Amino acid sequence: MEQKKLMLYQNMLFIRRFEEKITELCKIEGKLPGMLILCTGQEAVAAGVCGALEKDDVIISNHRSHGHLLAKGADPNALMAEIFGKVTGCNKGKSGTLHIAVPEVNALCTTTVVGGGIPIAVGTAFAQQYKKSEAVTVCFFGDGSADEGSFHESLNMAALWDLPVIFVCENNVYSGAQRMEEHTKVKDIALRAQGYGMPGVIVDGNDAEAVLKVTAEARQRCLAGEGPTLIECKTYRWRGHGELDQQVYQPKDEIAMWMERCPIKKIENELLAEGVISREDVTALEDSIAIFVEDAVRFAEESPLPAPEEALEDVYV
Amino acid sequence: MQQITMGQAIQQALAEEMRRDENVFLAGEGIGVGIHESPVMPTYGLLQEFGPARVKDTPVSEAAIAGLAVGASVMGLRPVVEVMFNPFFTLASDQIVNHAAKLRYLSGGKSSFPLVVRIKTGAGGGAGCQHAHNLEAWVAHCPGLKVVMPGTAADAKGLLKSAIRDDNPVIFFEDMGLFFFPSPVPEGDYTIPIGVADIKKPGRDVTVVTWSKMLGVAFKAAAALGQEGIDVEILDLRTLLPLDKEAVIKSVQKTGRLVILHEATRTGGYGGEIAALAAEEAFSYLKAPIKRVTAPDIPVPSSPPLERFYIPNENQLIEAVKSIVI
Ligand SMILES: Cc1ncc(C[n+]2csc(CCOP(=O)(O)OP(=O)(O)O)c2C)c(N)n1
Repeated sequence: MEQKKLMLYQNMLFIRRFEEKITELCKIEGKLPGMLILCTGQEAVAAGVCGALEKDDVIISNHRSHGHLLAKGADPNALMAEIFGKVTGCNKGKSGTLHIAVPEVNALCTTTVVGGGIPIAVGTAFAQQYKKSEAVTVCFFGDGSADEGSFHESLNMAALWDLPVIFVCENNVYSGAQRMEEHTKVKDIALRAQGYGMPGVIVDGNDAEAVLKVTAEARQRCLAGEGPTLIECKTYRWRGHGELDQQVYQPKDEIAMWMERCPIKKIENELLAEGVISREDVTALEDSIAIFVEDAVRFAEESPLPAPEEALEDVYV
Repeated sequence: MQQITMGQAIQQALAEEMRRDENVFLAGEGIGVGIHESPVMPTYGLLQEFGPARVKDTPVSEAAIAGLAVGASVMGLRPVVEVMFNPFFTLASDQIVNHAAKLRYLSGGKSSFPLVVRIKTGAGGGAGCQHAHNLEAWVAHCPGLKVVMPGTAADAKGLLKSAIRDDNPVIFFEDMGLFFFPSPVPEGDYTIPIGVADIKKPGRDVTVVTWSKMLGVAFKAAAALGQEGIDVEILDLRTLLPLDKEAVIKSVQKTGRLVILHEATRTGGYGGEIAALAAEEAFSYLKAPIKRVTAPDIPVPSSPPLERFYIPNENQLIEAVKSIVI
């Protein structure tokens, strides 16, 4: 258990430092193309959920994907290169930051169409059931995505067929510029599970261990043929929707309050208090992560851009 | 004349129509309070002026937004709803394609659906193919809809006013690449009729039919070709449906040569419709084969060199023109 906890801490810290680098780089005009959308403050969801998964398990991600992908084991160099639009990126620059697929680690589809991944997760889980494989699907989406019709159709069908899928709603309080109460009447997205005949679980999304635990339980239910679970992780988006967002609608004291509840500080303090790690370990870990992140940036910087005609490739098999 | 961007021109059209007719209301994702507050965005400031009863920020629910427009319009309101990016139109498409376009017909002409769907579109932002995909040909394939796609701020304002006053469902495409550059726009109330194309530059040697953001590309190419003594006529369709057939035919009859330029991909693109029209109605006037300059048949890639490769440019147009003029 200690080892698991340490791993959660390391993964979260890596995601944080990786994305802080993106924040820094995207201030340099023309460095990073597209819309940069980060999960700062939500790392416990990515790390906790993926911490309960095996390699064969599939994840389906959304526009806020970097944390999910790193936690599932994606190569940071290839990820950074894709964010740079380089040919060495996970998807040869076709995707850019918003829809990175990493099939090597079973991060099979990432979609920036809100709610678009939820029906796909029904499909991958169907295939897992069909092939009788000992694996499940996890689908990540935000609270806003639960407003799309695709959410409702998918949960109904997944429950009806007892599909091995875990629906992970990352409730970070906001959907674009709208607070939860401005976009839906319910207080908890998890309440909706009942309407489709599956368990709905609420968990502190800033507590990686708790997230891991409920995910592991949901995974067991999937494998036992008991069907899907909807897990709602209550967390918070520290930064704007994307890096260009000026956060005019986000109260400063609210951000400060949630920064107090930093998921990484929480687990770090616990590990220190439990004597699992020392201050020196923390420094050493920070140093080694900094090197990995610098390596990823160097790899991306030094990689070539794709040649223009490569745009024509990969449309069909 | 005022110098404003297309985003501001749309803003003026919306505000003026809302002041004129209290049945006009707006709905869409982030149209009141958005994540990118900028005075050049089309709905900037409208919540402040008209309040939350008439400027409805909606949940992320495109099907319901489009259905809201259909239902409210048959009750006599005049909804103007927004689809944030063209690819998300697919989520709204059941209500637009199967309902807005067909319900009047199904009613035997008894009902009408005076609604406008504003769709932001256009490649160039690096966001990739789930944010950029010009689908104007899809909707132009739906009888019962009108399809408008302006290329200048002045046209956008006049056409949007006509769209709001039209008793039919109108799909109004706004290329985001045009939101930020000021151009002259007449002050106050004026309309530009739907279904009327515009000769943006008269010329004698070749007709370039285009619309939306590609108008700028056509102008650049025409300037360069002018230097070499090739006189290009630029015909801006402005409306795709109903198509101003006469304007296309007349121009082709005059120049005897036709190049069609659009940002959308080639196969099944609306350029094919224009080519077919010229072949059917002006064949004997054509002195050379018809050419199309379009995006290649691929999704919009994200990486800058790939995205640049995707978007048609003036060099491709110049080459196409020269291949049939010389
Ligand atoms: C179908 C669709 N509609 C609208 C958008 C624009 N959009 C991108 S993210 C977003 C908000 C999504 O909120 P949520 O699902 O809660 O995820 P979060 O961004 O909070 O992580 C919106 C409206 C989109 N990408 N896709």
